[in-house]
Amino acid sequence: MIDQFVIPLLKIVIVLNATLVAVSYMVLLERKVIAWAQSRLGPMRVGPYGILQPVADAVKLMIKEDITPVRADRWVFTAAPIISMVPALIVYAVIPFGPKVSLFGRQVSLSITDVNVGLLYVVSVASVGVYGIILAGYASNSKYPLLASLRASAQLISYEVAVTLTLVSVVLMAGTLSMVSIVDAQYNGRVWFAFVQPVAFVVFFIGALAETNRAPFDMPEAEQELTGGFHTEYSGMRFALFFLAEYANVIVASSVATTLFLGGWLRPFPNVAMLRFLGFIPSWTWFLIKSFVFLYIFIWVRATLPRYRYDQLMRLGWKVLIPLAIANLVVTGIVKVLLS
Amino acid sequence: MGQAIAFYTLAAFILGFAVLVVTTKDTVHSVLFLVLDFLFVAALYVLLDAPFLAVIQVLVYAGGIVVLYLFVVMLVNLKRPPEAHHDPHRRTKLGLFLAVAVLLELGAIAVYQTTRPVLSVPGAPMPVTGNTEQVGWLLYTSYLIPFEIASMLLLVAMIGAIVLAKREL
Amino acid sequence: MITPTHYMLLSSALFIIGVAGVMMRRNIIVIFMSIELILNAVNINLVAYSSQLQNAVGQVFALFVIAVAAAEAAVGLGIILAFYRNKETVNIDEMNLMKW
Repeated sequence: MIDQFVIPLLKIVIVLNATLVAVSYMVLLERKVIAWAQSRLGPMRVGPYGILQPVADAVKLMIKEDITPVRADRWVFTAAPIISMVPALIVYAVIPFGPKVSLFGRQVSLSITDVNVGLLYVVSVASVGVYGIILAGYASNSKYPLLASLRASAQLISYEVAVTLTLVSVVLMAGTLSMVSIVDAQYNGRVWFAFVQPVAFVVFFIGALAETNRAPFDMPEAEQELTGGFHTEYSGMRFALFFLAEYANVIVASSVATTLFLGGWLRPFPNVAMLRFLGFIPSWTWFLIKSFVFLYIFIWVRATLPRYRYDQLMRLGWKVLIPLAIANLVVTGIVKVLLS
Repeated sequence: MGQAIAFYTLAAFILGFAVLVVTTKDTVHSVLFLVLDFLFVAALYVLLDAPFLAVIQVLVYAGGIVVLYLFVVMLVNLKRPPEAHHDPHRRTKLGLFLAVAVLLELGAIAVYQTTRPVLSVPGAPMPVTGNTEQVGWLLYTSYLIPFEIASMLLLVAMIGAIVLAKREL
Repeated sequence: MITPTHYMLLSSALFIIGVAGVMMRRNIIVIFMSIELILNAVNINLVAYSSQLQNAVGQVFALFVIAVAAAEAAVGLGIILAFYRNKETVNIDEMNLMKW
């Protein structure tokens, strides 16, 4: 009874809350880092060093007026933010934060579940996320959101191909689709997959930037051209949901990249006996540290690079990343056959 | 017991959304109900111990094919509702009648089937376990040629779609 | 106890809803969606028997059906777009010319 229902429920509650807190503080982190990159201080007023800024933002967004345009498709308009938020959250069902640990005399695995098709689950849930954007653009019944949503969905579908192909080469290396087993394969193979699959790693990271609509590929919400993109007509809490969904997607991308390429919960050089003293640090801390590094790089890239033009984006996706990913896949297969 | 509840819930959702797909007037809403329907069918596959197919269903149908439908519905920006033009020679009631007749027939076959023992067709023993592994094994051994033909079909469809949709080549 | 008969009834009901959609609607996009419903009904049947017989072949066939559905959707929607560009309609009652 306890193993079947109570512990999974507890895990879901903890992970969901942790994610939402992490998402709101990701916003603060982004504002702070970009401010430092531009020699500013960033939010300083609410709490010491602006530490309570996310709470203030949340309160502000909740008490704002919630507007539905007159000619909007009401049901779809309401559903779109929810549809974009849900996939970002349910991906966490398969992401492992650590190995099995014993808590209060029980063996508890630090992942909500470990399914046979974990990686495919991540890809398929991510592919459903595009609906939120398309429907928001359609339901607003306004031209800028529609343009933005068409751009966004074309962008997401194009980059999905490249990202999925890189994941296939990871699966070839690991020989499994289960997220826990992929981390185990990195332990047994004595090396993080980022080092044996550097091309896949880079392509995955660039693809993740595009999949999450982050700068330099934030075409769908390019303020200067589209007055804010697909959520132009949204306000109040529904706008906040889109905002949260974007950051939740960034955190998902970081977690997936950590699991697949940086060894998940493994400490650096997990097979080197000399570093065994690092064992006092709990495994999930390594996961969080690695994910944090990814989040920082996401923000760093945004602060550094200018936005791509739309045709440049498409050229990069179809003419550079996809051929690179396919070539990498072919080479991985050949090497794997030769070595076995 | 739990399985029965899951089955009846999923079946109710699948059939309900399917009815909504064919009856809703607004095409975009129709497409949305189609996505929901496919997601519930995927859940049914999970119930049937076919997690790989369930994920493929979400990935290909919900994430690919229906997005295509949504694109086309948005591109085909209709100035007048497509159902406005009514052909007097068309007998809609007859269609419904025929559909119900076929349903009764299929139902009769299904119920008759229960009176006969299910033939067991054990598959060839496979050196792998796990749903994904088994499907993959079959695809790359017994069904290799159909698999290759399917890939050719997809290639042809891709080229065909480009040729059809492009204004001038 | 859920037997294959239950799944068969479910899949025939879904099949019939699809058939009714094909026969009763005049919007060709909805007709295409009804065909997708029919293909899904077939898949449910295949997977139900695959699970009943402990034989993964049914799932392999369901995969082929999904591949064919993808090809069908791509070409069919291409035809719809090409037709719409010429005649500005998606009503099949108005698609009554054998050649242009």
